[in-house]
Amino acid sequence: MPDVFELRVEADVVTCRQAVRGLAQGLRFSLVDQTRMITAASELARNTLVYGGGGQMRWAIVQRDTRSGLRLDFEDHGQGIPDIALALTDGWTSGGGMGLGLSGSKRLVHDFAIRSVVGEGTCVTITRWA
Amino acid sequence: MTRIPILQMGDCLLVTIQVDLQDRAAVSLQDDLANKIESSGARSVLIDISALEIVDSFIGRMLAGISGIARVLDAATVVVGMQPAVAITLVELGLSLHGVRTALNVERGMRLLRLAGEERALDPDA
Repeated sequence: MPDVFELRVEADVVTCRQAVRGLAQGLRFSLVDQTRMITAASELARNTLVYGGGGQMRWAIVQRDTRSGLRLDFEDHGQGIPDIALALTDGWTSGGGMGLGLSGSKRLVHDFAIRSVVGEGTCVTITRWA
Repeated sequence: MTRIPILQMGDCLLVTIQVDLQDRAAVSLQDDLANKIESSGARSVLIDISALEIVDSFIGRMLAGISGIARVLDAATVVVGMQPAVAITLVELGLSLHGVRTALNVERGMRLLRLAGEERALDPDA
């Protein structure tokens, strides 16, 4: 499996979901945990495509103590997010969506980090531990 | 892009989503169903999502959209067969699918639609 998945067209979101499923299964995530991780990835991949104008998903298997986890990075070089706290509010949207992409995916994972610079782009990193 | 087929059985439209949906396919399904309700005069729509492994906010919005459009076109909608893991994730994500009628399986969904039809037949204002 490649380390980097391009997010340029809509079909790439589907490819990312399938890749995350394979990775989560490989880590023996429970079915609910697989579903949480794939759903979070789907939201963030779509954000990268729609709001970031395209970008990439990178993945890594990470270790902490005896636990393994799946870490995903979604990076774009779009316009960035001026107010991250606001963007993380349920129901707040800059586009036509429901405003659940960031806030909702945050609830589906254990670790969530977002870096964004206006005019340079956004990178969202999520991790779920097996 | 795969288009989702819409089957007609009497005055009910049946949709079974069996592929991982691209966003555009979800939007097309919404449009196709609206047109089909209008052209067929269907009174109900049953959407089987038992094969769907995830429902994210986009697909959730599409399901709510279909329910709303169908209601305005005088048809009842029921979404059936959601997997438990999908239901748990959907609620944690923050989507409650307000306004979308759901049933555990196709059989219960059909019963719900039949009851909705009978209620409508009994209501002189409907």
